[in-house]
Amino acid sequence: MLGLSGYEISLITSMGIAVIFALSLNLITGFCGQISLGHAAFYGIGAYSSAMLTKAGMPLGVGILGAVIFAGLVGLAVGFTSLRVRHDFLAITTMGVGFLFIGIMRQWDFVGGEMGVSGIPGSGLGKPGFMFLVLGFGVLTVLFSLHLKRSWMGYAFDAIADDEDTARVIGLDVSRYKLAAFAMGTALAGLAGALYAHNVRFIDPESFGFVESITVLAMVVIGGIGSVFGVIIAAALLSVLPLWIQFIDEYKLLLYGGLLFAMMRFSPGGLAGLAKQILPKKSSLKASGDTKA
Amino acid sequence: MSKLLEVSNVRVQFGGVVAVNDVSFSLNEGELLGFIGPNGAGKTTMMRAITGVVTPTSGSILLAGKELVTLPIHSRVRMGLGFSQQLVKPFRNMTVLENVALTVGSHHTGSPLSALFKVGREDESTRARELLELVGISDAADADPSNLPLGYLKRLEVARALALDPTILLLDEPLAGLNHAEAHKLADMIVDLNTAGRSIILIEHNLGEVMRICSRLVVQDNGNKIADGDPESVMNTSAVRAAYLGENTDHAAA
Repeated sequence: MLGLSGYEISLITSMGIAVIFALSLNLITGFCGQISLGHAAFYGIGAYSSAMLTKAGMPLGVGILGAVIFAGLVGLAVGFTSLRVRHDFLAITTMGVGFLFIGIMRQWDFVGGEMGVSGIPGSGLGKPGFMFLVLGFGVLTVLFSLHLKRSWMGYAFDAIADDEDTARVIGLDVSRYKLAAFAMGTALAGLAGALYAHNVRFIDPESFGFVESITVLAMVVIGGIGSVFGVIIAAALLSVLPLWIQFIDEYKLLLYGGLLFAMMRFSPGGLAGLAKQILPKKSSLKASGDTKA
Repeated sequence: MSKLLEVSNVRVQFGGVVAVNDVSFSLNEGELLGFIGPNGAGKTTMMRAITGVVTPTSGSILLAGKELVTLPIHSRVRMGLGFSQQLVKPFRNMTVLENVALTVGSHHTGSPLSALFKVGREDESTRARELLELVGISDAADADPSNLPLGYLKRLEVARALALDPTILLLDEPLAGLNHAEAHKLADMIVDLNTAGRSIILIEHNLGEVMRICSRLVVQDNGNKIADGDPESVMNTSAVRAAYLGENTDHAAA
């Protein structure tokens, strides 16, 4: 079907899930400027929620919806901590949330404990059908991200990401905006997690560890913090490279670390920043700034 | 004239240090009030108490009869308190025009949910351009604020505060760091805003300009209010002369 092999369909499906996951973090870290080092926990909450709901006989739609709601609610609770702490403390707090999630999942026997959850029902759509489902959700996530960036919420996020104190001075309820960013971003991570669970059909706590949180952060940073298209490209490439070129899988962390270092050194704006440097500039844009200095 | 802002017995204490000591004053509608004092007088602390950056230990601050003390900063701003900060803080990831347009569109950003469903900035950009013209920096509308000199950024702060169409404009040292000509020009603009009906509190070190443009002065020293009245008589009081010139008077207990 479609002239694609089963392997290619798997690659595209994994890529689609990674794009949703990376865009979910981009919403929190890229748009709203709130660093998170424990985002994989919400991916995991989505995966476990949908896995358990569908194993209990619920249809796939209910599983995915449950994943989005559970992850979003926990994200909202974590978001409350972001209201009280500075950026660097938020990074540590969210990292703690990530470890807490792993610790709890290991202890809870009803979600498989250390052994994880196996026998997760498939989508019932077949591999190509599931690929289209993932791509459909992926397109919706991209459209939502683009809309958000253009909306007044995106405009307010820009202000908050730059300077929270000044954002308050112009009348923005910074706390509510940050909560909204956490709720939406973690709900989307829950969606990605649910799709992941039904794709691989086996999950364990280690699938959602610190390395996964750093990997998704690398996708956002390498793509260009806040850039929708940059993050899509980075997520697609970084998720598929280890699957595509088998030997890279063993050196995945080395590759991500090297890319992060190279980006910070040569293009802090990520791939999106690199594209801006390379592509010809429109001469009429923001020209007057230099003349005033 | 009705009282727009009533500050009553406001005290701000940081540990054992009293930065503002039971200070009371009011701002009448349409007034341009100068709030002055030597370095360390607690002027900015008083300003921060009004805007909500600092919570008073005791006292009351009423804006058009409504208590502000328990409200967060953004609520006070939305109630009609516009302020420009002493240290200019433009959003550096936006152009000058975008800085002001975001504030013009504050009716879209009251709730994150309604902000999510609202796109389009044409009307707000048009209004923002008018405000930049009003403060005299429309030529820098598309500039990156990081590339602008201080005089432009001070005016950007004022334009952004005006974008909220505030009932009261609080200007914290808008003339600081400007040369004589720039300060004079900006002071004239403040007078124009006041003449157009805007009620203004001007916290300022530049006594020459304050004396020239303000209709009333409140003077604070070491956290205490030491004078309140028309500029000439205030500057002639012994307590004020002592605060500024170090003359030995008996006002210390005031």
